[in-house]
Amino acid sequence: MAAEEDWALTQSASQVQRNLERLLPAQVDQKVSELVQYLLVKDQKKIPIKRADILKNVIKDYKGVYSEIIKRAGRTLQQVFGLQVMEIDAKHHIYILVSNLPRLEGENLKQDDCTAKLGLLMVILSFLFMKGNAAKESAVWEMLRRLRVDPGVRHEVFGDVKKLVTEEFVRQKYLEYNRIPHTDPPEFEFQWGARAAKETSKMQILRFVAKVPACWEGWRGELKEGEGSDLGGA
Amino acid sequence: MATQMTDGHRRFLQVLMSHGIMEGSVARTLHRDCCEIHKVYYAHDKLDDFINVVNIHLQPFFMQIRKGMSEDDGRTYYALVNLAETEITKMASDYTENELELFRKTMDVIIVSENGFASSTNILNLADQLKTKKMKKKEAEQVLQNLVQDKWLSERDGEYTLHTRCIMEMEQYILSNYQDLVRKCNICHSLAIQSQVCETCGIGMHLPCAGKYFKAQTEPHCPHCNEFWPHEIPEINRPDSQLPSSAPRERRGTSSSGTRRR
Repeated sequence: MAAEEDWALTQSASQVQRNLERLLPAQVDQKVSELVQYLLVKDQKKIPIKRADILKNVIKDYKGVYSEIIKRAGRTLQQVFGLQVMEIDAKHHIYILVSNLPRLEGENLKQDDCTAKLGLLMVILSFLFMKGNAAKESAVWEMLRRLRVDPGVRHEVFGDVKKLVTEEFVRQKYLEYNRIPHTDPPEFEFQWGARAAKETSKMQILRFVAKVPACWEGWRGELKEGEGSDLGGA
Repeated sequence: MATQMTDGHRRFLQVLMSHGIMEGSVARTLHRDCCEIHKVYYAHDKLDDFINVVNIHLQPFFMQIRKGMSEDDGRTYYALVNLAETEITKMASDYTENELELFRKTMDVIIVSENGFASSTNILNLADQLKTKKMKKKEAEQVLQNLVQDKWLSERDGEYTLHTRCIMEMEQYILSNYQDLVRKCNICHSLAIQSQVCETCGIGMHLPCAGKYFKAQTEPHCPHCNEFWPHEIPEINRPDSQLPSSAPRERRGTSSSGTRRR
C-alpha cells in the first residue's frame, strides 16, 4: 500500500497533467465530488482521515491524478464550505477539516458542546492509539496547538482546555493521566481510559486505525480476537 | 438576488452539517444569525433564496440542501443530502458490508410493512440470516443503536422506522429501487413510509397530511373513493400549520416556482 501511495505522490506536475488529459473532465469531477463528500462525512464523525484510506476508498484507479483531485477538493471545501484540510500527523499523513471562518465571541452558533468535546476527545484518543496507546502530555499539547487548541489559552468552546482534558476526561474515564516515574520535574503521560475502551465511539476509531500500516500488525491481531473487545490493559 | 457565496452562507452550511438535520424554526434563526454576523443582506422570509445560493454552488458536487417534512410531526426540516441515486454513499464509509446489508434488509421490511415499522425481533432475525456475514444479537443491537444515533433509523417502543433525515437523503434511491412497492401520499405526493391507508381503495396519506386534510371534519371520507376513513385522525397543533398559504410547502427542493395549497 505504501508503495502505491508513493507512486501516486511522486508524479511530477507535468506527469499529472498528462494523466489528466487522458481522462474525461466528467470523470475527474466525479472523483472530486466523491472526495469532498468522503472528507465531509468522515470529519462529521470526528474521525481523522488517513491519506491511505483516501487513496484506497475514493481515488482508486485515479491515483495518477491524485494531486489534482485533492487540490480541487481542497479548493471546493474552502470556497463552498469555508473548511480547510489540515494535516495533524505529517508522518502518517492524517487530516482533519478545520473551519477557516472567523471565530465567534458568542454562544449561539456553536456546535452542541457535547459534540465538540467528543470531537476533541476523539482526536486525542486517535493520537494516543497511534503512539502505541500512550503519549507524553507535552506531545498531546503540541498536537492540539496545531489545531489551534492551546491548553494555556481559554478556548471559546472548550473553555479551560487543560482542565477539560486532564480533569473532566480523566474523571469520565476516557483518559488516564499518569505521572511518568522517575521524572523530575514530574512529567505526565496520557493513556486511553477504561471507558474509552468500552464505548461505541471507540469502535469508530478502531475501524479507522485497523487499517493502519503493517507496523501496527500487533494491534490489528488484538482487534480480531473478540468482537467489540476492549483494548484490555490499555 | 446575489449568487455569491459569503461567509454567512458558509457558516450556515457548516452548522447545518454538524446538526445533520435541522428543524425549520432553528434554520430560520440560524439564517438570521449568519447574516447578522457576516453582514450579509437579510430578509426574514428569504431563507429559501439564501439556501438556493448555497445549492447553486453545491450542484457540481451532487449535493443539495433539501427541505422535507417529518412524518411524525409534520414540521419542516432541512438537511444536506447527496443526490447520487445509485448507492447509499453517505453510509458506505461508516458501516461495514454486513452492517449495510442489515440496514438494507431492515429498509425492505419497513417499506413493505403496513405501518412503516420493523420490530427489533424481526431485525435481529434478519441479522442472523445475512449473506455477507452473520451478526450476533449483541452486535446487531449495537448496529441498530449506531443507525439511530446517525439518524438513519428512528426508534419508538422497540420498533424502527426510517428517520426523517434518511428519507430526505434517500428519497430518490428508495423511489427508484422500490418503485411500486412504496407508497406515495395522496395529499402531497411525496414518499410515505408511515401512512394511513384507505382499506377500500388502497390510497395512503402521511399522518400529518391526514391531520391537515381532515381537520375538523366530523366524518372523514377518503378523498379518492369517498368511503369512510377508518383511522384516527392525528391532531395537528403546530404553529407551522397556521402559516399563510403563500408559504411554499414543497416536499422536494426549495425552488419557489409554484406553490401548493394543502
